[in-house]
Amino acid sequence: MQSDWLFIGLFLLIVALFPGAPIFLAGLISPHRSNTQKSQTYECGLETVGDTWVQFRVQYYIFALTFLVFDVELVFLFPWAVAFGQLSMFGVLSGVIFILILFVELLAAWRKGVLEWA
Amino acid sequence: MNFISDPITFIANWLGNLLLSWGLSQTFVTVILKFIGAGLVGTFGFALVIFTIWLERKLYGRIQDRLGPNRVGPWGIFQTFPDMIKIFTKEYITPVGADKVVYNLAPILSVSAVLLTWAVIPFAPTIVGTEVNVGVLYLVAVGAIGALGIILAGWSSNNKYSLLGAFRAVAQVVSYEVPMVLALLVPVLLGRSMGVNSLVNAQSVWFIVLSPIAALIFFTSSMAETGRAPFDLLEAESELVAGYQTEYSGLKFGMFYVGEFLHAFTISALTATIFFGGWRGPWTEQVPILGVAWFFIKTFIVYFVVVLIRISMPRLRIDQMLNFNWKFLTPLALVLLVLTAVLDKAFYLVLPSLNLLEAAIPWVRAGMHLLLNLFIVIITVQLLKSYKIKSVQVVAKPKPIAVAPEPPASVIS
Repeated sequence: MQSDWLFIGLFLLIVALFPGAPIFLAGLISPHRSNTQKSQTYECGLETVGDTWVQFRVQYYIFALTFLVFDVELVFLFPWAVAFGQLSMFGVLSGVIFILILFVELLAAWRKGVLEWA
Repeated sequence: MNFISDPITFIANWLGNLLLSWGLSQTFVTVILKFIGAGLVGTFGFALVIFTIWLERKLYGRIQDRLGPNRVGPWGIFQTFPDMIKIFTKEYITPVGADKVVYNLAPILSVSAVLLTWAVIPFAPTIVGTEVNVGVLYLVAVGAIGALGIILAGWSSNNKYSLLGAFRAVAQVVSYEVPMVLALLVPVLLGRSMGVNSLVNAQSVWFIVLSPIAALIFFTSSMAETGRAPFDLLEAESELVAGYQTEYSGLKFGMFYVGEFLHAFTISALTATIFFGGWRGPWTEQVPILGVAWFFIKTFIVYFVVVLIRISMPRLRIDQMLNFNWKFLTPLALVLLVLTAVLDKAFYLVLPSLNLLEAAIPWVRAGMHLLLNLFIVIITVQLLKSYKIKSVQVVAKPKPIAVAPEPPASVIS
C-alpha cells in the first residue's frame, strides 16, 4: 500500500523532470538575442492598448461556479460506487436521492438561465 | 513464472534478490526498484509521443489525400527527430510583463499532468506501474492538473488572445469534467472497485457492452478535455491566433505540442482500459506478456477513431459546446447513473431465486444493462426530436425584398 504511493511520489519527480530538463537545456544552447521590439506582446502587428487583464464576460465565471458545485458533490459518490456490492437497497436509494438532488440543482440552474450563453 | 511468459516480473524479482544478496536493506531495495519502474514507465510514455506525432501526421496526410511525412527514414518514420532538433535550438521569447514563474511552469504542468496518468494504466496483468486502490479518482485528479496548465499559460502571457484562450479553457475543459466523472462512476459501480487493474479484472464482459452510453460520454468528454478539433476552441487559429500558447516559443511551445499529442493517445489508452477490457484477450492467463499486445491493439483502434474525428469534424461554437455539455451530456449521465445503480442492485437481489448457471450470470447481467441502455437511447432520441421541431419553428414569414407588380386587368381577360 505504502509502496504504491512511493511509486507515485517517485513518478511525480521523474515526470516533472521529463519536460523540465529539456526546457532548461534548450535554454542553455538556444540564442539569447532579445530586444524591446521582439519581446512586445503580440497583437496582430499593432501595439497593445490598455491593460491585458481586462473585465470579462460573467458567463465564464458562472460556468466555473456551476462546475465547482458539481465536482465537489461528485467526489462523494465515489465511495458509494465502490461499496456498492455491500449496500442494502436502502443504501442504494440514499445514493439515488443524492444524485436526484444534483439533478434538481442542474434543472434549477437551467431554469435560472445560468446555462445560457447570451 | 518464467522469463518468456512474464519477463518484467522475472527481471524485477531477479534484480531485487540480487540487491538483497548484496546486503542492502529491504526498504532501500524497494525504493530502487520503484524508481527504476517509474523511470521506465515515464520514458515509455514520453518516447511514445515521438511515434504518435509521426503516426498522426501520416494519417492526417493520407486522409487529406496527401503523402504526409515521407523523407526521413522509411515512410518518414524518423521525421519527428529533425523537428525536435530544430525546435531545441530556437530562442525563447518571453513577452514583456509576463508572470515569469507561472509562464515557465505552465508547459511543464501540461506535459506532466498527462504523463502522470500512465502510472496507473495496466499494460498486462502483471505489468502495471502501480495499482492504487483509488486509481480512478487519481485519474480524475491528475486530469484536472492539465486544465490548470492551460489556464496558467493563458493567464500569465500578458496577451489578450492568450487570456481569451484561458477563459474558454475555464468554460470548456473544466465543464466537460462533470460528464467525464459521471461516466467514470458507471464502471466503478459495475466493477465495485476504483483500482484500474481490478476494473480490468472485473470485465469478464467488456463494460462497453454493459454501458455503451457511459463509454460514449466518457470518450466525447475526454476528447473535449484534450482541446483538439472539433473542440479546439482554446487555440482556435482563425479566432485567437494560437489561443493560450500564442506567446510561447521554442521548446516551451514544443512541450504544449507534446502534451496535446500525448493526451490524445492517453485518452485512447484510458478508453481501451476502462471500457474495452484493457489487456484482456485470449491466452493472457497463460502468457501475461500477451496482454501488452491486446492492450496496444485496442488502444490504437481507439486512437485511430480519435484522429479520424479530429480530421473530419469542423469546430463547434462555444455556446453549442456548452449546451451540449450541460443540457445533454450531464443530464444523460445522471439518469444513466441512477438507472444503472437501481437495475444492478435489483438484479443481485433477484439473482438467488433465478437459479442461473454460474457462467451465465455476467452475460445475463450484461444483457439487462444493454437493454437499459437501449431504452435510454430511445427515450433520448424521442426527446431530442421534439426539441428539434420546436427550435426549427418559423416565427415570421420572410419579407419579400420587392413585390411583383399587379398584372394589368386587360391581360387577365
